[in-house]
Amino acid sequence: MRLLKLVPEDTNIGFVRLRHWAFGITALLTLLAVAAVGWRGLNLGVDFVGGLMIEAHFQEPPHLEELRANVDRIGAGQGALQSYGDPRIVAIRLPPPESGPGAASQIVDRVNNALRADYPGMRIARYDTVSGKVSGELIQKGLLAVFLAILGIAVFSWIRYEWQFGVSTFVAVLHDVLMTMGFFAITRFEFDLSTVAAVLTIVGYSINDKIVVDDRIRENMRKYRKMEMGPLIDLSVNEVLPRTVMTSITVLLALGALLIFGGHVLRGFTAAMMLGIIVGTYSSIYVSASMLITLGLAPHPPSIQTGPVARERREGRNETDDGARV
Amino acid sequence: MSLLDFPRWKVASIWAVLAVGILLSVPSLLPRNIAHQLPAWMQKIHVNLGLDLAGGSHLLLEAQTGDVARQRVEMMEDNIRRAMRTASPRIEIGDVSTSNGQLSFVVRDPARVSDAANIARREAQPSVFGGNREWDVTVNGDTIVMRPTQAGLDAAISSAMDSARDVIDRRINALGTLEPTIIRQGANRILVQVPGLQDPEQLKQLIGRTARLEFKLVDLTATPEQLQAGRAPIGSQILPMADGGRIAVKRRAMITGDQISDARQAFDPTDGRPTVSITFDSVGARRFARVTQENVNKPFAIILDNVVLSAPTIEEPILGGQAQIRGTSFTVETANQLAISLRSGRLPVELNVIEERTVGPDLGADSIRAGIVACIVATIAVLIFMFVSYGRFGLYADFAVIINLFVIVGVMALLNATLTLPGIAGFVLTVGTAVDANVLIDERIREERRRGKSVLMAVENGYHEASRTIFEANVVHAIAGVIMFVLGTGPIKGFAIVLLIGIATSVFTAVTFTRMLVAGWIRRNRPTEINI
Repeated sequence: MRLLKLVPEDTNIGFVRLRHWAFGITALLTLLAVAAVGWRGLNLGVDFVGGLMIEAHFQEPPHLEELRANVDRIGAGQGALQSYGDPRIVAIRLPPPESGPGAASQIVDRVNNALRADYPGMRIARYDTVSGKVSGELIQKGLLAVFLAILGIAVFSWIRYEWQFGVSTFVAVLHDVLMTMGFFAITRFEFDLSTVAAVLTIVGYSINDKIVVDDRIRENMRKYRKMEMGPLIDLSVNEVLPRTVMTSITVLLALGALLIFGGHVLRGFTAAMMLGIIVGTYSSIYVSASMLITLGLAPHPPSIQTGPVARERREGRNETDDGARV
Repeated sequence: MSLLDFPRWKVASIWAVLAVGILLSVPSLLPRNIAHQLPAWMQKIHVNLGLDLAGGSHLLLEAQTGDVARQRVEMMEDNIRRAMRTASPRIEIGDVSTSNGQLSFVVRDPARVSDAANIARREAQPSVFGGNREWDVTVNGDTIVMRPTQAGLDAAISSAMDSARDVIDRRINALGTLEPTIIRQGANRILVQVPGLQDPEQLKQLIGRTARLEFKLVDLTATPEQLQAGRAPIGSQILPMADGGRIAVKRRAMITGDQISDARQAFDPTDGRPTVSITFDSVGARRFARVTQENVNKPFAIILDNVVLSAPTIEEPILGGQAQIRGTSFTVETANQLAISLRSGRLPVELNVIEERTVGPDLGADSIRAGIVACIVATIAVLIFMFVSYGRFGLYADFAVIINLFVIVGVMALLNATLTLPGIAGFVLTVGTAVDANVLIDERIREERRRGKSVLMAVENGYHEASRTIFEANVVHAIAGVIMFVLGTGPIKGFAIVLLIGIATSVFTAVTFTRMLVAGWIRRNRPTEINI
């Protein structure tokens, strides 16, 4: 049987040669993403701004303008509607009930009764209500989680390898997170707690990918002590390229299945992750690996600062095994 | 020792571990009606479904901790007054104030200030032996100020929250066959999750009531003008009545709801209207008998949460320890709710809902179905892709992926972890990432073969070199997972659980298990060429 080989053997793509261009374009895109977040803002869900979200399922796709007017007539404040791809499913957003979230179920009852009259067969599938106080805490915790995850892993890379790996990983992952946020700002997908989980997953995957590339760079640094950093990084990236492509495809296959069959609730979550996988893979090559040259990583530098484990390894004491064979 | 050496005991233990993992997943995967026929200990090993999948209500309640502080100061005021009165000789105090969250009073006789201060310090002793000091006592001329310490307040809030949790537990359980999860969260919050509950209104009413029941004598000396102005005579207070109007009652309660042993919804024998029948415990019954004996022909007020429900006249001493509570607005349902609330004890703090999420059962079922379909499609796609890319080695990886899915469910069941909708996404994602280890290994084997290594050496080097990378990549992935789990709430936590378990099990199945399969094949066939 002939096996499928998506990436030809012994590729020799000059990634490093393009790095100045890539840096420029990457920086520009990242700035655009930040600008999009700053200018258009994120479409924050009730988790983060407080309020009441009612997900209504209709028999027939409702006329949105008409539905909006109907919702406003209920007198629970200005309603905002959002569709989930399936036109029969509409999320109705209302401001937080004045007498606190405790009154939410009464408002839901009112919406239910009012809309049932106009739209037979309509049913309320779920509703969420979060007070402003809790939503503020959720934002803080979400941001803290993302930041600590990036930082924690950068510190790990620094202790395990040279400091340049820590810095470049940190920058690259920050880039991934900002790009994802920009994606949410532009598409107006709702940004809620699940999205934070998606961002953290992107962080995890992206770093996973960077470790694989970094690990190969380190291995080649030991193997070819005389080689310049540029060609060495090219060699390493080319060597792991088949793996990079294969793994991205398996993950994208899985996420594609989730996007198509996983139901509407997870759609934004899945879309974010698919984008993140692509961005994360790109940044392993063009942000973190290329940046190592800029940061002055050299194959056998006389006096650069290194982490304890890296030093130990270079002295050849820790060459054998890391205990991965569980 | 070669990486491909697998003594028989090792092979046996790997299979045993996997078999246990798969077996653990069985109770969770069986349909509900079949799973119910399993022995009880097996039923306990199951994956819980989160509310977003099972449908149900999630309420986050926050306590008004100011209540606790105020009640503590008021209680201390009572204690101090009693202690000064019973001191011998009696110490006269005045200008008692409980504003600003502290208690201050003036000792009338300057000579007794130090005695009074000693009494105050004694009252301020921690209630638990070895506990933190709960009050700061300062003497300023003839004024004594008692200020609660933060540690004392925190301890009081914490114990109030614990008992509030228990009270809520009893109240929800009284509603019947629900299986609620009630946990304390942070300093002053309680999370209530009730799977299967669609309309949380009744639940919220039950939780929203403090149910502080008091019996107090009516103060008949209050003039209509005083009632109108809301100024009560000394030692009394003015309270609203349930059916309108106001009434003055003595501050001191004759008896409180804490001395109730039972409360039931009943019907008034005279007019058949719903009432609540309460039974006092032995101490309460004795006390109730005594005060009703002493106050025959006087009216007393039955007060619930500072609202006077009724103010009947004591016609004769009530010796049986039983009383009826009538309310003009009682229906069978509200009377029953009141009975439940009284029976379960009073809430030491008032609780407000600050977050509420309710998911209908249809949406939950849809989500599960969609999740299962996505998982199957994802798995099949990845299995085919791995097979066409790596042939026999891909097949081994496929085998590992399938086993891994069962083992993840098994581990989750063992931990009684909760599967949420994002958890399903984590599950599907694990299918994609778990084969990464195999991709790393198989690509490495290809590389080694290209460099002209023998089959045995290539496979051995492939596993050896890739293991290091896999280990490091998974450690950092796990760091992200741990941070999500620790800091995350709700969906983030649900996702992190699956991710972490998936990382742990996939290293075992994708590396150790496939290595064993490959080693077995190589030993049996001694291939000189491999198709990879």
